[in-house]
Amino acid sequence: MPAFHLVINGRPHEVEIAADTPLLWVLRDKLNMTGTKYGCGMGLCGSCTVHLDGEAVRSCQTPLSSVGTKKITTIEGLSADNSHPVQQAWIAEQVPQCGYCQPGQIMSAAALLAQTPKPTDAQIDAAMDGNLCRCGMYQRIRRAIHRAAGEGA
Amino acid sequence: MAISRRRFVAQGTLAGAGLVIGVRLSPGNAFAQENEKGPKAKRVNPFDAYIHVKPDGKISLIVAKSEMGQGIKTGLAMILAEEAEVDFSAVSVEQAETRPDIYAHMGTGGSGSTMENFMPLRRAGATVRELMITAAAAKWNVPLNECAAKKGSVVHEKSSRRATYGELVDAAQKLPLPDPEKVELKDEKDFELIGHATPRVDIPAKVNGSAVFGLDVRVPEMLFAVVARCPTFGGKHAHFDATKAKAVPGVKQVFEIPALGRDMFTAGGVAVVAESTWSAMQGREALQITWENGAAAAESTGTLHTALHAGAAKPGKRIRNDGNVDTALPGGAKRVEATYEFPFLAHATMEPMNITVHARAGEAEVWAPTQSPDWVQRTVAKILGVPPQKVMVHTTLMGGGFGRRYTADYPAEAAQIAKVVGRPVQLVWSREDDMTHDFYRPAACHQMKGAVDANGRPLAWSHTIASTSIGAFWDPPEHQAPERSEVGGAEQMPYAIPNVRLEYNNVASAVPPLWWRSVEHSFNGFAVECFIDELAAAAGQDPVQFRKSLLVKPANWKAKNDEDPDPARLQAVMELAAEKSRWGTPLPRGKGRGIATYHSFGSYICEVAEVTVQGSSFKIDRMVAAIDCGQIVNPESVRAQAESAIIYGLSAALKNEITVKNGAVEQTNFDGYDPIRISEAPPIEVHLMKSEEEPGGMGEPALPPAAPAVANAIFAASGKRVRKLPFSLA
Repeated sequence: MPAFHLVINGRPHEVEIAADTPLLWVLRDKLNMTGTKYGCGMGLCGSCTVHLDGEAVRSCQTPLSSVGTKKITTIEGLSADNSHPVQQAWIAEQVPQCGYCQPGQIMSAAALLAQTPKPTDAQIDAAMDGNLCRCGMYQRIRRAIHRAAGEGA
Repeated sequence: MAISRRRFVAQGTLAGAGLVIGVRLSPGNAFAQENEKGPKAKRVNPFDAYIHVKPDGKISLIVAKSEMGQGIKTGLAMILAEEAEVDFSAVSVEQAETRPDIYAHMGTGGSGSTMENFMPLRRAGATVRELMITAAAAKWNVPLNECAAKKGSVVHEKSSRRATYGELVDAAQKLPLPDPEKVELKDEKDFELIGHATPRVDIPAKVNGSAVFGLDVRVPEMLFAVVARCPTFGGKHAHFDATKAKAVPGVKQVFEIPALGRDMFTAGGVAVVAESTWSAMQGREALQITWENGAAAAESTGTLHTALHAGAAKPGKRIRNDGNVDTALPGGAKRVEATYEFPFLAHATMEPMNITVHARAGEAEVWAPTQSPDWVQRTVAKILGVPPQKVMVHTTLMGGGFGRRYTADYPAEAAQIAKVVGRPVQLVWSREDDMTHDFYRPAACHQMKGAVDANGRPLAWSHTIASTSIGAFWDPPEHQAPERSEVGGAEQMPYAIPNVRLEYNNVASAVPPLWWRSVEHSFNGFAVECFIDELAAAAGQDPVQFRKSLLVKPANWKAKNDEDPDPARLQAVMELAAEKSRWGTPLPRGKGRGIATYHSFGSYICEVAEVTVQGSSFKIDRMVAAIDCGQIVNPESVRAQAESAIIYGLSAALKNEITVKNGAVEQTNFDGYDPIRISEAPPIEVHLMKSEEEPGGMGEPALPPAAPAVANAIFAASGKRVRKLPFSLA
């Protein structure tokens, strides 16, 4: 088994695991970081979204061997005390219902806002369309993104 | 089984001193204080929740209600805090252990968590308040009526004395309980919590990854399992070769588990147990299995379609028969006929089915994302051969329920596996497993016939439902009544038409059915609200005015039962929705409004859809909902539930269907069964009506009107009737 050196949420981790193992399962089963969710295993639902060097990726479609030296940020690393503006906006708009998809939604939204601080509705659609919410909290997600962007708060 | 304070505390459930009150939430409202002389229930414990007032003045409500995102832990705390006169933050709702000997009623579903618990919890909260006031009055030797409770303290203004509940709890717990039916409830105009938007307590943990769903359970030494199931319903593996599977790194064991019948309905198959979920999945990929498909392989959506149409076209079991439809129908100036078609639907909860079971000698521990922990407990106990009370079930958060998480199939599989493995094992269903081995919303075909007279008054309404049946599948042979689970809402068709007939025919299918958010209302709401719209068009009348003229409430009207809608409340929500949607104001060409007003689960909801139709495509521009769900506990939760149910209903209206080929489901993941995404989600406006009526449910009732409102709007915009779900204008 090859060994991989990973930097997750600013901390170094070393894991020995098959190179083709998706990052999702390394996080969840090897490192017990369960905030990143399994929803479909095919990159269709976005529940497993994490950041690689700030870019939103589907961790279920990210073999460990492709991570290289990129820094990984998961929902746990966004902020543990809910102080990140996206988390704050999510609470203010009371976005989650069941909440299962929300780590992925939040990571997609945070990546969007990092690149596009004042996204239009069309930009929100484009960035967030890969994230399913079966509870249908989409208009709250939209409002929360605008709020985190400093609009409509 | 006797309960006593000593024993109860010894269980570790309620460590520490204080006042403990057992509460019966449903049905009946008895409750009693826990003490040495407390009630000695012989077999079934009378309580299904406990209130624990602690020496620090904090109150715990320990109740077996599962949090699925409906906000029940917030709503129940609000009700209790309101009547107990404590701050909302002083009350916490704790998940009860699964112990039917302590908690009588454990299911969460049927939109019932608020409507069932509202009055019992109010009385329980008032009991706490009354005990505290009584204790304080005795302590100060002053009349009861000079003392008042406020924010967790009792105050005697005349002498400026004040005591916190924490200080009074010792004295209070020695007092006899007041009669729960006679405690004085607060005047509703004095409510400070009930009816006021309150942030949900479960949300902070859901934005930082710390909320623990079933799949997030991690136990030392645990293993992970997946099961290879025959794709065809009722099929099984003829033989399998595990050589390659066992060679996958991390795979520990491969073995077969038999299919289980009634009540559990598992497919059986080959279990692969490994050190990680991924290894288990890879191991399953490497299995070589020959399937024996069995009889269901003959079924396909095409064959079922034919059977459903035949069922809708022939006389069926008579459910309702007012007047004489056969003589009235031919007499109409205009006759209308419509056939509505509904596919199977998967629940597709975001978190696929899963459960963690640790079978130990003579006992077991279970971590279950479930709507029915007691069913999980009975099932696991049965398979492991241990008494139910030796199975400790921890109910976790769940990533969506929608009815799916009521069943005992995945718990049964996990118990079969845990029995072999001997270590904690998490059974994981992949998305493909979840999609292809769900229990599905029944498929149905509805045939409607109606007639209006020359003045546009409807004369006759004939409705024949043919569907696969939840009851036929789940009910034991001696209690068969397949129509029971399929006719709700159609039977209560609320419009005043002199001749009405409803008939039902059950159609057999190998596809296992189950309650799916709003159950039969998901199709009956569509049939009733689209067909009344078709009659309005035949009568040449405005759909709102037409409905209004038929929502007649006789002076002596009385609901026949809980299912029977009050025509006046249906009309009131319709008027509000019409006003808020600016019904009747002109729209540009290609746009249209449609309306549907419907009652289910004790709530009245009218929705107006506004759509734009261009050729064979259409877009929903907005949805407006008017809601009368009786007294509202948390308006924030009501709004969220309405938005959620509307999107869930629109996913079915616009996109989703489960089709079957050779006895197997064709859709395997979100590529084939894609719920609505953010770019497709219309803005939703929710308007709440003030009501003094008892609370109705809100988990489901906003769903049924969504699809018919859109279908009726498409007609208004384009003149095309969509009668088949999911919609296609092509």
